[in-house]
Parts: sequence; structure tokens; C-alpha cells
Amino acid sequence: MIKYDLSRRAFMKGAGAAAAVSTLPLSLVELAFADPAQNFTFGYISDSHIQHVKGAKFVRNWDRGLIRAVAETNLLRPRPDFVMFGGDLAQLGTKEELDHGAEMLSKLSHKLYCVMGEHDYYLDLGEYWSKLYGDHYYSFDHKGVHFVVLNSILTYDEWTFDRWPTAEQRMLEMAGLDNPNGSPFMVGEKQREWLAKDLETVDKATPLVVFSHSPIQKIYKGWNFWTEDAEEVQAILAPFARTSVIYGHVHQIQYNQIGNITFNSVMATAWPWPYPQSYAQAEHHLPKLTVPMNRADPFFERDATGWQFVDVGTGKVALEYNLYNNTNRRVAYNPVTGQPEDSAYQDPARQIAPQDHF
Amino acid sequence: MSKKLLVVAGAAILVAAAMSGLGVRADEFTKEDLERWEKEYTSVVQKGRELWTSADLGTNGVACAQCHPNAANTHPETYPKFQQQLGRVATLREMINWCIQQPLEGQPLGLDDAKMVAIEAYVAYERRGVAMAPGKH
Repeated sequence: MIKYDLSRRAFMKGAGAAAAVSTLPLSLVELAFADPAQNFTFGYISDSHIQHVKGAKFVRNWDRGLIRAVAETNLLRPRPDFVMFGGDLAQLGTKEELDHGAEMLSKLSHKLYCVMGEHDYYLDLGEYWSKLYGDHYYSFDHKGVHFVVLNSILTYDEWTFDRWPTAEQRMLEMAGLDNPNGSPFMVGEKQREWLAKDLETVDKATPLVVFSHSPIQKIYKGWNFWTEDAEEVQAILAPFARTSVIYGHVHQIQYNQIGNITFNSVMATAWPWPYPQSYAQAEHHLPKLTVPMNRADPFFERDATGWQFVDVGTGKVALEYNLYNNTNRRVAYNPVTGQPEDSAYQDPARQIAPQDHF
Repeated sequence: MSKKLLVVAGAAILVAAAMSGLGVRADEFTKEDLERWEKEYTSVVQKGRELWTSADLGTNGVACAQCHPNAANTHPETYPKFQQQLGRVATLREMINWCIQQPLEGQPLGLDDAKMVAIEAYVAYERRGVAMAPGKH
């Protein structure tokens, strides 16, 4: 078992290492240990929504987002040990879209781990995705950290199996974020049992990093910024001292702290989404901790998209958000307050007008 | 007064009497009227919602709702306003056309096109309850 240096010095060292490589915009997770030989980083790309038009034509805008992410990840030094893809590679789950996206991801010169998104799943229930990327949920260990990948976008069996006349319609119904015919995401009982069993043999002091597509917390049900059995999953993770949940789906910066669990979202490479409070009819629960990212400017095609550096110096994550057309953001776990905080903007007095979403 | 004129005047009085008999008055309406007008309005909002979630406005399959679920982040209460990216005061309809032309790679709609009216009606409906803030950035 590796011993973890919990001192502030080690934490800051991790932060420094992340900052040194942050001149490139991408998700990098750095895990700094007492033994520097054990330190490692990984990259994080998510929500590319590759969308087929017809024939050999795909939506140019979304293609460019993923191409840029892959190209910049390949330039990273220090070289990440692996790259995570956070789900929604495709828009409507077709073979054409998944193949086109997989071709772009294949240019990565790193080992790739993938998370299932609802846009990858609801056409053929993940069958073709599995041919490309394997199991829908799994775990692995890497240099003293236990990583868990969940398929959090499942829903009620009746909705999945009995409600829709065709698989294509089922996919279209789930693809509309604001579609009232959609259904809440969930991990489900079978997978929760698997998770509990998977974690049985893991020491409670081991840093745990969980990847899901949807937030394993309840923010806004109308857009599925939501996981129906979030509390049950959180209860399984609760005994671990240092747990981070990193999720996609929301296409925006969010962060929260629930008990021992730190939550961080990642941005999309395709397009940003509004914060729920900008929908005047929504009853939402955006974590109070979250200082929103700047309002997106549609005249900059890649504004409010991208990816982020993450370091896990104390076993808790710190994310460096690289915003293509804005000032970068850094959201780091603060061991003093026991919650993730923005290094520049957490103090309300220091927040800026473009962060006001209305 | 000629006989002919008298006939015309008489006819006019009859028409006026008939109209008042039908109850058509500029400043009066019934519950049924309100219900019918509401239904007309709602059907246009519904048409706007269909267009908002449709791939048919553009050429690449992208729909407005992909980036703007429930028409969020469109700020209809702020228009017309100085649109800093264009360097002039613009209307919401012009911005709807901007999105149709750029992310949707489509042809702009006429500003009085029934589709444009429907889209604007839907955007405003989703924003109901928010105070007017013309010019706000």
C-alpha cells in the first residue's frame, strides 16, 4: 500500500505540476504522491456529440471540437498515463457516428477508457459501443488509486423496453435534453450491487475516483442533471475517506461537496449548456458552491467548450478549466474548508458580471 | 331627397341595426372569445416548439434546442438591444436568423414569416414571468 503525504506542501506541489502544463487546454488529472515516482496524470475529454448529416457528412462544428481536443492531448507534457472519454461520443448512437468519433479518438497516443452516455446507448442499448469500447461498467487500479466507471444513464425498464415502437424513436426521445417524454437516469440495482461488491476489497483509505456520465447528485430533473438513485450510490461511496466523482453530461462547470464525496463536472467539446437558473420555469438545485462559468458567446464557436486539467494531490481533485476564449478557471479541493473552491472567484465580492446567468 | 337616396339610407340603417343585433362592439368580448384567442396563441407557441426541436430549419440536422433547451439563454426580454458582436442594436428575430445561418447552416427566414413568428412566440412563452429589460447585456 502506498503512503500518501497529506501535507499542504505535497498538495501545492501537485498544483504546481498541473499549472506548469496548463498552457495547453485539456483535462489532465495529476495524482501526486509522497513518492514522486508514483505521480501520474490523465487527460479527460467528454461530450463530443458527433452528429451524422448524411453520406460522408458530419456536423463540422462538433467534429472540430473533438479534433482539437485530441490534437492538444497528444501534445501534453508530461505525457498522461491514459485518457478518459466521459460519454456522448455520438449524437444519435448510430454506427456511422460512433465509428467517426472512434476514428478521431484513435489518434490519441494514450490508453483510452470510455464512459457510456445516453446518446451512445439508447439506439441499440450500447451494443455497437461495446464492440468498440467493451464493458458498460468496470473498475481498474492505477498506481494506488481505485477507478470506477459507472453506466449512470440507465432508466426504468418500462421506458426502455415497452414504451417506444422503434429503437430510433427511443433514441430521439432520450436525445432531446428538454423533452418531457424522457426519463430520469439511474445506475440501477444490479449495478449498485456490483459496485458494493467491487469496493468490498478496496481499503477505505485508498483514493477513489468514480466516473459517471450524469451527476450522481440531483440538480435539475427537467434536463436530467440528475441521477434517480444518487443517494443510494453516494451511500456506497460514503465509507471511503477520499472520493471524487467526475461527470460529464452537463456541458458546464459545476462542483459540489456531499459528505466525503467531492463532485466535479467537465465541459463538452461540442457545445455549452445554459445553467438551469436561466430557464425561468425551472425549479433547480445548482450546488450553492458552484460559481458559474462565463455566459457563452455564440460568435466564438468554441467558447465555453473544452476540457480541463485535474490533479488529485491529496486524493481530492483539483480541476484547471481551460476556457478557449475566457480566462482559465481553477477549482480545487480546499483541505481547510473541506470543499472544492474556485481559486479566484469563490469570494462573492470577486465574482464578475459575465458569470451572471439570467 | 330623391327616392334612390332614401333607399340607400334605409339600407344603411338596416345594416347597422343588423350588426348591433349581432353584438359586435369594439370594446366588448366574451369568455368564449378569450378562450378562442388563447387557443390560437397556444397553437402558434406549439408550432414554435416543434420548429425549435426540429432539424428542418437548417441543413445539418442541428436543432435550436440542442444548445438552448427550453429556449434558455436566449434573453427575449432584453431585445432590442445593442448586440456587441454586430456593433448595432438588433432584434431577437435577427438573432434567431443568426443561429439558423451559423450553427444550423440554414437560410434565414423572412422577419414576418409565420415560422419566425412561431419561434418568437415559443421563446417568449418559455420566458413568461420575467420582467422586461430592454437593452440589458
